[in-house]
Amino acid sequence: MLSLRKDRKLFLPYVTGGVVPQWTDHLLALQDAGADAIEVGLPFSDPMLDGAVVQRASDQAIARGATVDAILADLDRIRGDLRVPLIAFTYTNLVERRGADRFCAMLREHGFGGLILPDLPVDEAGPVLAAAGDLDLVQLAAPATPPDRLERICATSRGFVYAVSVMGVTGERDTLTAEAYGLAGRLKALTDLPVLLGFGISGREQARQAGAVADGVAVGAAVMRRILDGATPADLGTLATEIRAGLDSAQV
Amino acid sequence: MDVAVRPQAATVMREPSPAGRFGEYGGRYVPESLVPACREVDEAFRAAWSDPRFRSQLTGLLRAYAGRPTALTPAWRLSAELGVTVLLKREDLVHTGSHKINNVLGQALLARRMGKKHLLAETGAGQHGVAAATAAALLGLGCTVFMGERDIERQALNVHRMRMLGATVVPVTTGSRTLKDACSEALRHWVTTVDDAYYCVGSVIGPHPYPWMVREFQRVIGDEARAQCAEHLPAGTPDYVVACVGGGSNAAGTFAGFVDTPARLIGVEAAGGAPLSDGVPGVLHGFRSQLLQDDDGQVREAHSLSAGLDYPGVGPEHAYLRDLGRARYVTADDDEAVAALHRLARTEGILCALESAHAVAWVLRAAGTPELPAGSTVLVTLSGRGDKDMPTLMGETC
Repeated sequence: MLSLRKDRKLFLPYVTGGVVPQWTDHLLALQDAGADAIEVGLPFSDPMLDGAVVQRASDQAIARGATVDAILADLDRIRGDLRVPLIAFTYTNLVERRGADRFCAMLREHGFGGLILPDLPVDEAGPVLAAAGDLDLVQLAAPATPPDRLERICATSRGFVYAVSVMGVTGERDTLTAEAYGLAGRLKALTDLPVLLGFGISGREQARQAGAVADGVAVGAAVMRRILDGATPADLGTLATEIRAGLDSAQV
Repeated sequence: MDVAVRPQAATVMREPSPAGRFGEYGGRYVPESLVPACREVDEAFRAAWSDPRFRSQLTGLLRAYAGRPTALTPAWRLSAELGVTVLLKREDLVHTGSHKINNVLGQALLARRMGKKHLLAETGAGQHGVAAATAAALLGLGCTVFMGERDIERQALNVHRMRMLGATVVPVTTGSRTLKDACSEALRHWVTTVDDAYYCVGSVIGPHPYPWMVREFQRVIGDEARAQCAEHLPAGTPDYVVACVGGGSNAAGTFAGFVDTPARLIGVEAAGGAPLSDGVPGVLHGFRSQLLQDDDGQVREAHSLSAGLDYPGVGPEHAYLRDLGRARYVTADDDEAVAALHRLARTEGILCALESAHAVAWVLRAAGTPELPAGSTVLVTLSGRGDKDMPTLMGETC
């Protein structure tokens, strides 16, 4: 079960597991710089909803031998230092391969509180929901989602609702679109769960804008681009501090 | 075996469940962003397919433009050599040179009916890309084709054809840079262009309703062949019906015409890309089926000399037909396919595609054995012609 803070806007950075040898140092740096939970990407060979940066990170991690077991073992080594919840972000085939029961049990045993499967729409989620138990299966909503589906997504989602801010794939963008504001607003009217905006949030100003309409942000490509370019944990800390500051300055 | 499967014959290869399931396979595993678009295609197809005006438009195009019905050619000399009666369903004779045009004309008409302005397509060998570019030109639609960088190098001729027909060919540089990555990239692009663009899937794969819809558009192969067999064969139907399987659209279309007969249905996969022999259940490109993958769930690349069979997954309905025992799936390797292509050329004067040659290869191997006893009648679908494969067969890298 995800226990997320309610006293401030939430910052959820994403890191592809195993992308570089010291990837867990990046996790801890993000935690220290104000992350409220961390999405750990379990890389998939064919990530349908990811743009170029996360695709490259996934390929690099897989080429490095980042299996699910290896990633979980890396995380076990820093478990004593982790204070924020972990959320797995992966694709349905990794769950299928082990079977939903085994996969969900494994994540729970390794301390995960939530799971995001971007290619598993609510209509197909039954078997994973049945296996999830305490693991919160987070549902995604998109700008094109009609009202009846938004209701169903909100009723099914656990932990928070992930509002996909653009009709597009993951990746950095310059501005937060009108459709992001609209979607966040519609979701807030339907649910008491936190509503987090993701896809394209890459800096302080967008975090501030997002914080005004939603309960927080998920940030992936902006983090992963820096890691792929050789950023140190301290460099990531700088980015995280910026986004934290943007969220904290949001006028609700 | 036939006696056991006949009771199911009446219900298989009809409409899948509303969720797009063929048994445990199929479904719609797409990002939420694409769910409304898939539903829109589903509703539009249902309406069009039950609209006699749409049907007659499509039939008219298939006749006057694509050149249907295609011939059913008795392979006299090959039959005499093998001791079985071989009938060839000649999809190599349709416009653009392969069965892909059957599906593409249907989907392009549907796209226009839905008010879409642009077709998106993925392609491996380029046959579906060429067909999509052709239909787009015919109906005045734009066309963007996603093609792996490696396939672009291997299939230069088809790239030129697509461009000449007015399509934009987008090289895909990620992953294995082949068909599987072209599919992923086409889906990613569709997310961003969903209002104006229609994703024209090239095989019986993808999220619901595509596997069902593409099979229905390819059903014309099997329906024609069934009627032609009734004229040619004393028994009315062949003992065996054989087709190659990559994604599986020509096989699905062929099988659909014979699934309710006693004919044994045989699908032939490439040995280097045979999810129905070597795969396990998995989810890729929006559907659940048998899939080549490792223990962690990473998709394995297929390896076949024929780019059209170079796909790690297979249409969900084929996985279902296999599990039911209604169809049997076997493999042929590169060498067998090349040998079969040569033999068909020399005995019948037909240069078929490398993909189709896999189906012929099984017949050559099985004829006279208990798998295909002497005296049997066998229908083989030739999915396309071999012109595109000449550089490969000549040992060139084009």
